[in-house]
Amino acid sequence: MTVLVYAEHDNQQLKSETHKLVTAASKMSSDVQILVAGKGCAYVAQQAAKIAGVSKVLVADSADYEYQLAENIGDLVTELATGYTHIAAAATTTGKNFMPRVAALLDVAQISDVIAVESEDTFVRPIYAGNAIATVQSSDTKKVLTVRASAFDAADESGAASVESIDILKVSEKSAFVSAELTESERPELTAAEVIISGGRGMQNGENFSLLNGIADKLGAAIGASRAAVDAGFVPNDMQVGQTGKIVAPQLYIAVGISGAIQHLAGMKDSKIIVAINKDEEAPIFQVADYGLVGDLFEILPELEGAL
Amino acid sequence: MKILVPVKRAIDYNVKVRVKADNSAVDLTNTKMSINPFCEIAVEEAVRLKEKGVATEIVVISVGDKSCQEQLRTALALGADRAIQIDTADTLDSLQIAKLLSKVVEEEQPGLVILGKQSIDSDNNQTGQMLAALTGMPQGTFASEVVVDGEKVNVTREIDGGLQTVSLSLPAVVTTDLRLNEPRYATLPNIMKAKRKPLEVKAAAEFGVELASNVKILKVTPPAQREGGVKVADVAELVAKLKTEAKVI
Repeated sequence: MTVLVYAEHDNQQLKSETHKLVTAASKMSSDVQILVAGKGCAYVAQQAAKIAGVSKVLVADSADYEYQLAENIGDLVTELATGYTHIAAAATTTGKNFMPRVAALLDVAQISDVIAVESEDTFVRPIYAGNAIATVQSSDTKKVLTVRASAFDAADESGAASVESIDILKVSEKSAFVSAELTESERPELTAAEVIISGGRGMQNGENFSLLNGIADKLGAAIGASRAAVDAGFVPNDMQVGQTGKIVAPQLYIAVGISGAIQHLAGMKDSKIIVAINKDEEAPIFQVADYGLVGDLFEILPELEGAL
Repeated sequence: MKILVPVKRAIDYNVKVRVKADNSAVDLTNTKMSINPFCEIAVEEAVRLKEKGVATEIVVISVGDKSCQEQLRTALALGADRAIQIDTADTLDSLQIAKLLSKVVEEEQPGLVILGKQSIDSDNNQTGQMLAALTGMPQGTFASEVVVDGEKVNVTREIDGGLQTVSLSLPAVVTTDLRLNEPRYATLPNIMKAKRKPLEVKAAAEFGVELASNVKILKVTPPAQREGGVKVADVAELVAKLKTEAKVI
């Protein structure tokens, strides 16, 4: 039994989701290998080789894999699947994009959004936006899984796996990359941050989100938002934490002016410590918060920044 | 160009989800059911493409028992031209649904298949991608913009770090994200008209697809409840607690 873990990266840096995936994979089998597919991704492969518990890193380096197009990556992983019993990718927009193709081409089911591994064939996953938790058992010969990385701890970097180049080219003529608009930020990514401070409708407008900057700087935090704040046009969609946005589980989550709709809670309720700042003491967010502070955020935020 | 829009009957998004006492499934008895919100966005996008003159016919399709005809009628009221129900009493997995849909794609030869990116019940996010793989069509998932240009379609996708645009040759599969459009409401005259639009029923068994699933649900439980904590009086107390009690800063 061998697990193939698909590495999450941006061609330059390996992302921490991969370390968490390896932890999940180790619960399926003791033999874990990693596939790095991308362009000019040799450094990513070196980083992947350091993850503890990984026996081998495969590298498919080609311009055709640069943008992670589902057609190309799906065909590559499907061809490699022969040697593996389990194939796991992060439940990111990359993994969600190509993995169901792999499952369909292998004629097996996919288990999406795994949050716990009970055994080599039994997995736990949220359904109904996290309002129910299903335990499922697969009798397929190969298990194809996407894993919610935030549910697992990161494997450490004490390993020294071998790195092997593979020469498989898969190019679809039917799909081509046109452009990307990526949000530039000095701050950590939401899904990788240890601390997150998020604003909701209570922020009142986009400019007021700058009140979160100073606190985020002091805590090394990522800045997020509720769907209400995104829908109101305060901030872009990629800042959204919630069932339809990013699922996060940082050490500390500070919710500012967020009422705590189910859709938002589904995205952050696994955070270790939750702080809620809201002027409405009846707001549902206080029911999940470890520390609640009732008051006017426009007074509290500057004071908090000063106190840190 | 013909557009095929598969839709799913799912729990209404305003309904509070409850797990059955025997932990076998979510309790759907006497629950309000609706067209899955992402599927509704898919129907709306198809209707807009028809209004722009890009599409000539919209066919909606659903796999399920007779009750899903209600959602097909909703889609017809929103502007679809005809409907197909693939009749089965079983709850099928995404792969089985994708296989059935691939047979319909063979028959109907649509230029575009638009689906919701996921349903709000099983939250799988698989069917569109599987259908694309099975039919050899390219895919544009999590779309926030769809522009058909001759033999190509440009799809702007919502990805974790921002947006990505891909160019796909037609026929292609597109799955919808929330920001693609805001679905219209069906007007009463259109609801009346929808009752007379054609709705064809085909037995799932006719398609020669293996419908058994290899995935068994062992149990369904409510999520662990998080206990609420304490209210603090002021910022000083909050910072002190975070430092000394929670030790997270």
